Amino acid sequence: MGLEYVRITTGFEDYMPKDYVDLVKYGQFGKEYDIQELGTFKELLEEHPMCAGCFMAYFVRVFYASLPNPEDTIVIGTAGCARLALSQAAVPFIYGNYGDTNAVASGLKRALKIRFPDKEKDVVVVAGDGGLMDIGFGMTMHSWFRRENFTTIMVDNEVYGNTGGQESGMTRKGIQLKMAPKGKKFDKINVVELAKAAGCVYVARISPTNPKRIAKTIKRAILAARHFGPTFIHAYTSCNIEYSIPTEKVLEDARKREKEDFAFYEYMTDEVKEYFEQIENKGKQQPSEVKA
Amino acid sequence: MPEQKVVDTDYLLLEAPRERKFITGAQAMAEAVKRANVDMAIAYPITPQSEVMHLVGDLWAQGYLKDYYRAEEEYGAFSAIAGAARGGARVFTATSGPGLLRGLEAIVSWPGHRVPAVLGVLTRVVNAPLSIQPDNIEISYLLNCGAVVLHAENQQDVFDFTLAAFAIAEMVDVYIPVAVATEGFFVTHAKGYVDLPPEDMKLPDKNPYKSPVPPTDCEIPPARIQRDAPVQKSNFMSYLIHAVWQQEIWSSNARAMKYIYKYLKGPIEVINPDAEVFVVASGCAAAQAREAVRYSQLEGLNVGLVKVKSIRPFPEKEIREVLKNAKGIVIPEHNIVGWLAREVRSVIPNNDRVVNGPRVYGGMTLPTELILDEIYKILGIKKDRKVLV
Ligand SMILES: Cc1ncc(C[n+]2csc(CCOP(=O)(O)OP(=O)(O)O)c2C)c(N)n1
Ligand code: SF4
Repeated sequence: MGLEYVRITTGFEDYMPKDYVDLVKYGQFGKEYDIQELGTFKELLEEHPMCAGCFMAYFVRVFYASLPNPEDTIVIGTAGCARLALSQAAVPFIYGNYGDTNAVASGLKRALKIRFPDKEKDVVVVAGDGGLMDIGFGMTMHSWFRRENFTTIMVDNEVYGNTGGQESGMTRKGIQLKMAPKGKKFDKINVVELAKAAGCVYVARISPTNPKRIAKTIKRAILAARHFGPTFIHAYTSCNIEYSIPTEKVLEDARKREKEDFAFYEYMTDEVKEYFEQIENKGKQQPSEVKA
Repeated sequence: MPEQKVVDTDYLLLEAPRERKFITGAQAMAEAVKRANVDMAIAYPITPQSEVMHLVGDLWAQGYLKDYYRAEEEYGAFSAIAGAARGGARVFTATSGPGLLRGLEAIVSWPGHRVPAVLGVLTRVVNAPLSIQPDNIEISYLLNCGAVVLHAENQQDVFDFTLAAFAIAEMVDVYIPVAVATEGFFVTHAKGYVDLPPEDMKLPDKNPYKSPVPPTDCEIPPARIQRDAPVQKSNFMSYLIHAVWQQEIWSSNARAMKYIYKYLKGPIEVINPDAEVFVVASGCAAAQAREAVRYSQLEGLNVGLVKVKSIRPFPEKEIREVLKNAKGIVIPEHNIVGWLAREVRSVIPNNDRVVNGPRVYGGMTLPTELILDEIYKILGIKKDRKVLV
């Protein structure tokens, strides 16, 4: 593509919605903003209907602001809270059936490779813990086993937020939630280890307390997926409704969980490491240079 | 692999010279894929379908397709088909019985997502206890999703319907999936004569921009594409949007009819249009029906055949017209529920003219005698002898 696609056709400048004109003039397309500048540029995500104070909504906002190549990125979601915001952004979004994200992404990424062999088209899955680790478990795992070239980001709120608070495989043991009236019976799935074992070339676990780090992790995951294989980010994104976390305590909770069991963790293969050393030491990269 | 040259769709389907081969139904389906310029096929094994996807895998290995893999399971295969189609690729997959049911949620979402995939359905029983026998009850599960559903009688139909399916699915005014069904084993594993156009010819490349919906490839403005955004806020607009979309899918399905006329010589085939009694059948039951009609005619009885090639769109007016003077209608089927009989009954007046059966299921073959018995009953002929011709 290139930036042609976010250009306004000559003669239509006066008739385009303000929102679109702003995106073209002040948006992220073709520019590399630092996440610290959030609020000074027109974001890809404008508004969304997620709950006020939802930490997942915040994460989605930072996610969009961190894309290395938004003009050639396609986001895939599934049933769950995150897609409410994901589908409201200026990036093409695909919404399939519940849990099918990684299968849809496999087909899409391969089709784009066939059609655009010389261009980088980033495919990123952003989905909940239920969507990726319960109903979509097989499809998630197998996309990794097959070494598909896309990034999977799990927004883990440790509950089925969108259907009103049922336990998931990612809920911690003992927690009482709907459909687990006597408390969750088994441990939280160790998805980071699974991702490594399943062949992800870059794996990170974060409690999103530090936007700079979130941004770096997201960029790394997407760039590594282009060249080396599947990449995965496990992000703690609390549900302040189902876990009754008052809005002003959301960040405090994230920090607490970071200390307890969501300490920042990053794994990458040697070749991915070498690649990051090369590109990141070159100083501030233009997206076009990063494409390698 | 021979160098393939792109030829006009109408030329390949209707005019190209053909050479007769003696091949199985599975081979016939793969021969169609070979000439369809398919970008990607995604496979998951299930008897009696597997052989089709083995052969398609071999085609990929020879260079006829650009990508092919064995998916994790059917749901994964059919979801990936949806992803690849949205990315602009021409896609093919096939399945049978339980595989179809396992992937049904993904399949029934294809029409709404405007996925012009071609799906081979090589039928197999779905009821417990487990069995791998041919039984086409599974087709009834496909009938209400919006997809075009063609039912092939023999190896020649399998080839012709499958190749035409790619053309029909991608017509801009259609752009929904086309399922090509035929009975597992009876057709897939048996050989028949098939007239094939040259293998060094193929359909034109898919043009993903010749589509009622844009491919999701970041190539076309505007940036704010929400092609698949859910429509579910509880307000009148959202109900309306969804309702209109559903209507559009079924209209697309109806618009496929003109291409069925063009490429398949119409949705039905009729033998002896002035008959007193008609046998209406689809799939390989039509082969048995053909025999029953032939025997009846040898016996001097005025019996005709209506072979239904297209189950969706269902040829309502064509069937009403041809059956308007029929005294009785026999509908032999390879399933217990009699879905074809229901379809026919729903579109004709005085539908008590349709007799109940004969039906075989669980994978049994359908003896011509059973059809003849029903014909005799309608005509008031008392016979207890077996047919001897
Ligand atoms: C096949 C199917 N089963 C169930 C549902 C209902 N459903 C919608 S969202 C959801 C739970 C989402 O939980 P999760 O994936 O953890 O995401 P969250 O909403 O917590 O972000 C479920 C069960 C569905 N849409 N489709
Ligand atoms: S239910 Fe929970 S996860 Fe979903 S939007 Fe509300 S706060 Fe966020």
